[in-house]
Amino acid sequence: MKQIKYVLMLVFISLTSGCVSLPPSHDYSTFRSADPRSIVVLPPINNSKEVVAPYSIMSQLVAPIAESGFYVFPVALVDQTFKNNGLTVANDIHDVSIQKLHDIFGADTALYLTIEEYGTSYVVISSNTVVSVSATLVDLRSGDVLWQGSASASSEETRGNSGGGLVGMLVEAAVNQIVETVTDKGFDIAAIANTRLLSADGYNGLLYGPRSTKYGQPVKSEKQK
Amino acid sequence: MRALLVACCSMIFVVGCKTTEPTYYYGAYPDAVYNYFKADAASISQQIATLEEVIEQAREKNKAVPPGVHAHLGMLYFEAGNSGQGVTNFEQEKALFPESAPYLDFLINNMAGAKI
Repeated sequence: MKQIKYVLMLVFISLTSGCVSLPPSHDYSTFRSADPRSIVVLPPINNSKEVVAPYSIMSQLVAPIAESGFYVFPVALVDQTFKNNGLTVANDIHDVSIQKLHDIFGADTALYLTIEEYGTSYVVISSNTVVSVSATLVDLRSGDVLWQGSASASSEETRGNSGGGLVGMLVEAAVNQIVETVTDKGFDIAAIANTRLLSADGYNGLLYGPRSTKYGQPVKSEKQK
Repeated sequence: MRALLVACCSMIFVVGCKTTEPTYYYGAYPDAVYNYFKADAASISQQIATLEEVIEQAREKNKAVPPGVHAHLGMLYFEAGNSGQGVTNFEQEKALFPESAPYLDFLINNMAGAKI
């Protein structure tokens, strides 16, 4: 009997400690009642120095949105449509009226993104590729903000310590930076950041859309209330 | 009592570890979109070949083609001067995802001589 008490205590501790550091859950009531089917991703505002950042972020957004159960408009074709109408700057595109966006795309919602950080930095001991994005989902029919979020990911999360002392670490840092820029590490890290940001399977991500088998079910952060 | 406890604990673990199978097969689609944006990485005909391959692989794996693949491929065909295949792929996108119909119809209707 005493053993069982210990086991119960352990289970209780592991369950509660897992929840301690999580931010407060989103209020999904507006999102749920708006019940959108489709999302048009607008070209992101880029606050990083990397020119390719918006391209990489847009390319890696399709999977997390589609897997959450929404129709996501073809990002390159959408970008091309803006360009052919004289809109080449993300800031200007973000200023287009929701009425106009709704007329052209027939989308239920638009996703407004800002890239806060994107790139590889070499800081003596280690080189690190970081991607940080924030996003707002706006209903193009009502103008309501349905959801907001931000997320980041870094290559340091996945790399192990190689050992070999200071010289070894410096060499590793230099090699890492070469590898990280040549193979466009940001593209891979962007996929992780975007999934964290948007996936309905994540914490405080999107809801499940009509094309998901989990459509209508509560998401993770709602269950914890 | 103990059996029940063990059952409960193992259920918590099992539920926590369950991963969901992706709905769509993406293959090289994100890379193809990235290459299109970067403009100098691959020729239009290479990008068309990549996407045709993604569609073929999805069929072999019996998985659905993700939203946007046919629309993106249609755009590439238009750029390569093959409007026949361009329209065909736009129609396929509309058939798979009716949500795209107003936009793609808008593009087709506005295409009289102009670019997309």
